[in-house]
Amino acid sequence: MCRLAMKTANEPFSPYSILTAMEAMQEGYDGSGLGLLLRGLSFTDYKYNPEDPILSGIAHSEEALGRLHSMMNERGFVLKYDHEFDLDLSKIEAKDRYKYVLRVYKKPSAWDSLGKEEIEHELMMARLALRADGEAHGGDLTAFSLWPDVVMIKEVGWPLEVGEALGLQSGRIKSRVCMAQGRQNTNWGINLYACHPFFIQGVATMTNGENTAFIPIKDWLTGKGYPGYIGYQSDSEVFAHILHYVTKQLKLPLQAYKHVITPLKNNELAAHPQGTFLRGLRDVCRRLIIDGPNAVIGTLADETTILVMDAKKLRPATVGGKPGEWAIASEMCGVDAMIPDRDKSKDFQPMREHTIIIPPDRQELVIWSQFDQFPLNQAA
Amino acid sequence: MVSIRSIPSEPGSLSTNDLPWVIEHREDRCTLCGKCAAICPVNTLKLTYMRKRMPKLVLSSSERGSSYKTFVGIRQNTDPARRCIGCGSCAMVCPNEAIHPVHNETDRHRFVNTKGGQAPTRGGRRNVPGPNLLDQISFNRISMLTDPALDAGRHEFYMNTLLGRVLPPEEYLRRQAAGEWIPPVREIFPFIIGSMSFGALSPNMWLGLLQGVAYCNEVLGIPVVMATGEGGCPPWVLKSPFLKYIILQIASGYFGWDEIIRAIPEMQCDPAAIEIKYGQGAKPGDGGLLMWFKVSKLIARLRGVPEGVDLPSPPVHQTLYSIEESVMKMIQTMSMAWNFKVPVYPKISGSNSAKSVLNNLVRNPYASALMIDGIDGGTGAAYNISMDATGHPIASNLRECYLDLCAQGKQNEIPLFAAGGVGKNGNVTQNGMALIMLGASGVHMGKFIMQSAAGCLGSERNRCNVCNIGICPKGITSQNPKIYRRLDPDKVAERVAETFMAIQTEMKKVMAPLGRSQSLPIGMSDALGINDKAAAERLNIRYVC
Repeated sequence: MCRLAMKTANEPFSPYSILTAMEAMQEGYDGSGLGLLLRGLSFTDYKYNPEDPILSGIAHSEEALGRLHSMMNERGFVLKYDHEFDLDLSKIEAKDRYKYVLRVYKKPSAWDSLGKEEIEHELMMARLALRADGEAHGGDLTAFSLWPDVVMIKEVGWPLEVGEALGLQSGRIKSRVCMAQGRQNTNWGINLYACHPFFIQGVATMTNGENTAFIPIKDWLTGKGYPGYIGYQSDSEVFAHILHYVTKQLKLPLQAYKHVITPLKNNELAAHPQGTFLRGLRDVCRRLIIDGPNAVIGTLADETTILVMDAKKLRPATVGGKPGEWAIASEMCGVDAMIPDRDKSKDFQPMREHTIIIPPDRQELVIWSQFDQFPLNQAA
Repeated sequence: MVSIRSIPSEPGSLSTNDLPWVIEHREDRCTLCGKCAAICPVNTLKLTYMRKRMPKLVLSSSERGSSYKTFVGIRQNTDPARRCIGCGSCAMVCPNEAIHPVHNETDRHRFVNTKGGQAPTRGGRRNVPGPNLLDQISFNRISMLTDPALDAGRHEFYMNTLLGRVLPPEEYLRRQAAGEWIPPVREIFPFIIGSMSFGALSPNMWLGLLQGVAYCNEVLGIPVVMATGEGGCPPWVLKSPFLKYIILQIASGYFGWDEIIRAIPEMQCDPAAIEIKYGQGAKPGDGGLLMWFKVSKLIARLRGVPEGVDLPSPPVHQTLYSIEESVMKMIQTMSMAWNFKVPVYPKISGSNSAKSVLNNLVRNPYASALMIDGIDGGTGAAYNISMDATGHPIASNLRECYLDLCAQGKQNEIPLFAAGGVGKNGNVTQNGMALIMLGASGVHMGKFIMQSAAGCLGSERNRCNVCNIGICPKGITSQNPKIYRRLDPDKVAERVAETFMAIQTEMKKVMAPLGRSQSLPIGMSDALGINDKAAAERLNIRYVC
């Protein structure tokens, strides 16, 4: 079972601190992968404008890097900053890592006339084009994300070693939100795209446990024909896509995510103020009902953070912290390691009906229950 | 050459050893009570006097001779029309276990079973004994360590399925906001009592089924529904609160629909759904058939026909002859009759063209489901050739349709229901769950319910299978009160409830090891495996050995 750690704080911190916290939970992963997602970025050697998209990925050869460069140029992206990691490749298992890409671009000027949604679509299409190009050339180019204020790093190996190999302990990169996952491989081959967190259009999730309802969910999402719903090297990728579908496509409030993946029972809906609407929602999103056992930690583009569980609650997750600084981890010792100086009596493990929401202001936790009124801005 | 008439050997002559069932009678146990001969539904048994000669050997040459003795024995009729059907009623009533039918592998009667140029007919289903493909499918994705298996006895399981047109989520939200029509959707138990008409079934049988279904719903909380088949429904049922558990069928004969239409203003509730029958798996391309033996006063009244006449429905009807007619007229007409508050769906025979039908339905906003009935389905009356050799197996047909829906992203919008051999060998839950994981939203079972809930004796070794001529020894498919009074509706109801309770438990025992409890695992094909490479490839599931 994978181990998850996520910290969100008003003051930017180094992702290395999260990797050291992961050590507390090291019996729970097997070194088959580490994934990191950073939001709210600051670099010591570059003043970053949070509007600018950042490309994260790996070029496995010089030729692949050249292709990446020309593809971005063709699309009109202008390179503003190319982050050079302080690499120590001896600590990396894989031998085909030519360059870890972390590049800040200026958006193409042709996009000036586009609306927000169109720009988001174009960013996704550009990332997918890079990914497809890499796959067409024997997997020599891996693209994790292309999005403003988001950096993703994925590598096979033990979390702390990977962090040291990339020189993250130097503190050159800091962020207000950091998601980290140490992987216990329960899928198929070891694949970089199978490392959590999963990312699509600003929405990211990571998960422990295994998704037993993966195939029907994957079949449904794939059938939507939406270009971003591809991949599925891991059964957990669907959680990110469902969150994206609910919030970005259906444009429902964040609380609806829980109603889609773990709908209430008939008798509970009968007593719910919007039971009729929610029962209909359960029917139309029936294929997206998850069956666990999973805890899902997610972050949105505005630095909102969420934690939800499947209805059976057979996988652990705890949230704790203090105003301005919160941590969610799959194990309590993970929360301890990230924020030791908190009031532990206020730690919370969500029950089957809860969605834990940490808003961008990070002042207090919102523990939202499915039994509560549903914040829907329409006649439901 | 002149034939010797004294030897009874015509082309069609049969001895008892040529028949599919031979009656074994033990004279030493027989008390000559005559119960076996009285109950035999085909009158194959005759008590006859027989003469026995015992040669007497006397040493003195002047006296020779024999002693003669008469005794009463059993004679079995060798006329194919009155051959033993193996039902075992004789064994059931014999006080001394002196008689029972034995299956005879060297059955030769089938070669001459065409007296008067009549092609053989029967009830039942395809005579192919042994495990079918569904029986070979196993559930292999066992939750081991990486995800925990669940406790079938203690966890809560959600096993219901949806019958009805489900909108795409975006469209649902739009219509909700705009206050527009949302198609009716029923939440039902995925094992459905398949279409068997109230003319095919005796009053005691359908009453028992209806009582059992009502008990399952109202006492046990299992939302079972039953389909009627063609031929309407008694007006008191139509006007009762039990109508909500019934799927009414309309077919090419339109039998019984006068009564249904007349009852609409007085209905207390809507039916569960309307099924438009275009075909059935047992005799694809044939209409329904109710033979004259079964058109009693009640059935004639229900169907609006004279008593004692054959009622063959045509294969097609003016309004039911093409898919365009169907989706444009029948589905809309039926929806309109119930104010667009009842799901309406077509039932078709398994066929290579099922996918075309499906794709037409996908584009119709009112089509609520598609029901596909495979070659192993049963029926009350059909020609042997239709039953044994015509049709399409359900598994690959369903799978193709489901994968086609997946490719279009519409698998949640039009539920597929499968039938045809579910529970053929008694493994009803295993068969049903295999179909569900191949993509069915639910399964219909007719023959299994008759066997399980009413003790139907029919088998794939041509046992009994006389549903067509109204002499059902158990009283299940007869309209003769002297016969159907044998069947106690309360006992049928009890067995229906027991059957569904058992199915529910078995479903949990399948779902729990897969780690599934929150929703019915429709299309969870990664859980399936089969020890047959070709079948695995065709069904797009894992080959295991």
